[in-house]
Amino acid sequence: MAASSERSPPPFPDSEEPELLEDSDEGADAFTGTSISEMDSPSPDSTRPPKDIFNEPPEDIFSDPLSNINSEPQKKVDTKIPSPSSDEAVDLFSEPLDDDSEVMSSPEVQNPMPDLLNEPVEAPKSDVLGEPPVHKNAARQQDFFEDPPKGSNNSSSSVKKAVSAELFGDDEDEEDLFKETPKVVTKKPQPSGPPVDVFTEVKSDVKVKPQVKDDPTDLFTEEALTAPAQKPPASSSSSSRTNGVHSEEQDLFSEATVELSLDSPLNDRKKKDAVKPSLSAPAASVASSSSKAPSKTLEELEEEESEDKFDLNISVTNPEKVGDGMNAYMAYKVSTQTSLTMFRSKTFTVRRRFSDFLGLYEKLSEKHSQNGYIVPPPPEKSILGMTKVKVGKEDPSSAEFVERRRAALERYLQRVVSHPSLLQDPDVREFLEKEELPRAVSTQALSGAGFLKMLNKATDAVSKMTIKMNEQDVWFDEKIQDVENEEQHMRKLHVMVESLVNHRKELSGNTAVFAKSVAMLGSSEDNTALSRALSQLAEVEDRIEQLHQEQASNDFFTFSELLADYIRLLGAVKGCFDQRMKAWQRWQDAENMLQKKREAEAKLLWANKPDKLQQAKDEIAEWEAKVTQYEREFERISATVRKEVIRFDKEKARDFKRQIVKYLESLLNSQQQLIKYWEAFLPEAKAIA
Amino acid sequence: NSDKLILENTNPRAVNVDLQTDATLQVDISDALSERDKVKFTVHTKSTLPNFKQNEFSVVRQHEEFIWLHDSFVENEEYAGYIIPPAPPKPDFDASREKLQKLGEGEGSMTKEEFTKMKQELEAEYLAIFKKTVAMHEVFLCRVAAHPVLRKDLNFHVFLEYNQDLSVRGKNKKEKLEDFFKNVVKSADGVLVAGVKDVDDFFEHEKTFLLEYHNRVKDSSAKSDRMIRSHKSAADDINRIASTLYTLGTQDSTDLCKFFLKVSELFEKTRKIEARVAADEDLKLADLLKYYLRESQAAKDLLYRRGRALVDYENANKALDKARAKNKDVLQAETTQQVCCQKFEKISESAKQELIDFKTRRVAAFRKNLVELAELELKHAKGNLQLLQSCLGVLKGDT
Repeated sequence: MAASSERSPPPFPDSEEPELLEDSDEGADAFTGTSISEMDSPSPDSTRPPKDIFNEPPEDIFSDPLSNINSEPQKKVDTKIPSPSSDEAVDLFSEPLDDDSEVMSSPEVQNPMPDLLNEPVEAPKSDVLGEPPVHKNAARQQDFFEDPPKGSNNSSSSVKKAVSAELFGDDEDEEDLFKETPKVVTKKPQPSGPPVDVFTEVKSDVKVKPQVKDDPTDLFTEEALTAPAQKPPASSSSSSRTNGVHSEEQDLFSEATVELSLDSPLNDRKKKDAVKPSLSAPAASVASSSSKAPSKTLEELEEEESEDKFDLNISVTNPEKVGDGMNAYMAYKVSTQTSLTMFRSKTFTVRRRFSDFLGLYEKLSEKHSQNGYIVPPPPEKSILGMTKVKVGKEDPSSAEFVERRRAALERYLQRVVSHPSLLQDPDVREFLEKEELPRAVSTQALSGAGFLKMLNKATDAVSKMTIKMNEQDVWFDEKIQDVENEEQHMRKLHVMVESLVNHRKELSGNTAVFAKSVAMLGSSEDNTALSRALSQLAEVEDRIEQLHQEQASNDFFTFSELLADYIRLLGAVKGCFDQRMKAWQRWQDAENMLQKKREAEAKLLWANKPDKLQQAKDEIAEWEAKVTQYEREFERISATVRKEVIRFDKEKARDFKRQIVKYLESLLNSQQQLIKYWEAFLPEAKAIA
Repeated sequence: NSDKLILENTNPRAVNVDLQTDATLQVDISDALSERDKVKFTVHTKSTLPNFKQNEFSVVRQHEEFIWLHDSFVENEEYAGYIIPPAPPKPDFDASREKLQKLGEGEGSMTKEEFTKMKQELEAEYLAIFKKTVAMHEVFLCRVAAHPVLRKDLNFHVFLEYNQDLSVRGKNKKEKLEDFFKNVVKSADGVLVAGVKDVDDFFEHEKTFLLEYHNRVKDSSAKSDRMIRSHKSAADDINRIASTLYTLGTQDSTDLCKFFLKVSELFEKTRKIEARVAADEDLKLADLLKYYLRESQAAKDLLYRRGRALVDYENANKALDKARAKNKDVLQAETTQQVCCQKFEKISESAKQELIDFKTRRVAAFRKNLVELAELELKHAKGNLQLLQSCLGVLKGDT
């Protein structure tokens, strides 16, 4: 196709597409008359179309049909447009579009335009489509990653640490922001020993991370001393320690396994936690609820939920600016209405600020992500939007920003509580119920975009493993691909809906301006009836402007935001797949290690060194246990992820159906209004005399 | 003069002018040919007038020849008292080309279906522009053919009948420069002439009216274009949303995918309607305003010529007074004064009727177009409503 010696082909009707190259010489005749230099330039290759379009459009567009029909060798590529003879002429104007369609269907015009474009240009997928939020939010991500370990840090995901260390370790720009974070580090009383030291140190210099991690004992102390309600699996703290130092996945995992060997008892505990994630947490804190909810299986909860018996309504309202200047923040009223017995009362309200929502996410993510749960991500932090709110006063765009965020936070919470396991988490209950929530540490830094970026990075990091993993499970194999595709299409769709929002806003603005202009025209018109009709038209346009504006806001809140949510959620789903992959990797590494140990034993046997033989045997036994354990863990996480994804798909289908129906209803309403407006105008137009 | 016009046949062809012609001379453009950057119009004439050799004939004309005809009217002193029908605008396919280029650039990021759809859109758009161009040229000829005096013009007859190229060439640089200076002088003079208080209330009123009207219709025309452009963009967005929803819907065969397909189908239909709304607003509103922008300019030009003649006449009077006082060249001054007086009176006489006709035409055209606009808007909104209702019915039935 890209043969450079070919001359440019003329446009051809679709039916002739395959003949493109054969015909290209003939087509070239069509161009001989022109002096345009591109004419001789090569070939139907992908870069050509635009040139042609510019240089020769009329010809391109109308030429070929005739040329094909006439089959004249020498082509004066012209197209006859059947045009206004007597009656047709009338049609041209009064029924322009119907006429259009007729003409379009006639063979002559079937393919007037750019057949040249038929060969698809292999343009690279635009990056913008790929990960739009990421670039803008670089600063925030960094915040996120530079978080020092905090209360529940012990369980933080290893990938996250690895990535943060690797990616952002040497970035200092955001230190100030970071230091702003209040120093309430954990929500539980704790001894002012080593942990405090650790944190202070981190605060003063973000880059002492390795140091922090070298101090696991302290972390453990803290862990041990904090509330029993939280039992973050201790094993991961040690893995995170190691991971923080290494950037290559390979090392990362092998090291991790070595470390893990020391923690095996703790690991067992983690295993138990993982088996009954919904049970362990609430059991420790609120006794009343533990009897009811955790006894249900996931499926039961799912059922209950999908049958809409789920009785928990959460609303986020009354966004309010607290404080002044750059220290100002937005606080929201979070109201809960429920008959669930796990809560102390049926209705209650708390005030929460944005960072509290982010803090909640971080806690949940740390506890549940690694078990394969889809933890709904919160809306992105927007420095730009928030700065506007902080600085600006009555700016409509900042009002829109606040409303957008409020709605997003509401949806976020609703998604959290509608997750049967997350609902049982004490942190969720605390978030909804507790009057005063300890200020979340370093959530200033957390952002959904950062989370996404992290996920992407993590995905990249494990992508090599993906190849090696050689997926045995067909279901996962397909699902991973599906989610990948779906995310891509959603991103694309989101960009388009955003564009619609913008164009609709633009249309609204332009309609308003036109309405004013028509009003002026009406006032200068000296025919009374026409003048009146024009000012009526101006009024109609004014109302239509309103309509467009409302529709733009519906486009945005009902449609675009839905897509934005699901792009984030799909990111979380991918995160779950990654967690599963990691479990698999750990299992494989353990297998390899076991293999090595066995080889070592064989060597010892061969070398006849009985003194070391016992130790080798012990190690083999230890690793055999590990392999079994990791394999079970992998199977467990696979099962959880699978359940989660099925649940997610159900919820997604329900969400989309509900929201899109709502969106179509808003469109319907717009059209009804339009009909009303124009019906009122019609007699005015007819009254012109 | 216009009362001589025999109203035998209404010609509803012309959009923006409510023209009335008789059967003795009917002109239309039966065909048009788009050839590279040229458009060739086949001008078809039916006439019973004795100065044509045949009763029915066709010739091929290009845009430049229309301009030549228009300019020959403008330059003819005899027609100083008439509103010269505004020349048709040059065929402009730039916007369409630009979009085509965008299509080419964006091709990599769309699926084959999307691409085909976009292409069809652009084809339709190109066609619409083409038709508009043809219509504008036809309107010009119809206006001339309906004009009691201009229809008898020799150049016009040559334009209609001579079956070869008129060898009209575009103006060269020097001529363009001359035109430019002429225009500068004219507009400076126009200010001067406009400042002269008219003795005639009718003309004084028309002058004030046209100055303001022209500016406002210019503004409205520009604003309507912008409004329609963003409407088209929005329709394009819906089109692309429909395509992507289609892709999403074909990924799998789940319930949700079927749902997406239905919504995609709906958007595919509604975006067509949205595009039609934009296109009809373009035809009924924007084109109307554009036409009256040019027509009001032509009317202003007429007032300028009359104003100029008035100033000339007054100057001739002064010169005659001077000549009489000095008793020198009195006869010559008298002749000049006579000529100026006649010219002014001749212009005034026809100009008054022309301006009244202009108003009648304008009111009728606005009525026709606004009624049609409202009807089309209603038709489209109802179509949209019906689509939405039935789709919602299906979707709600499913869920």
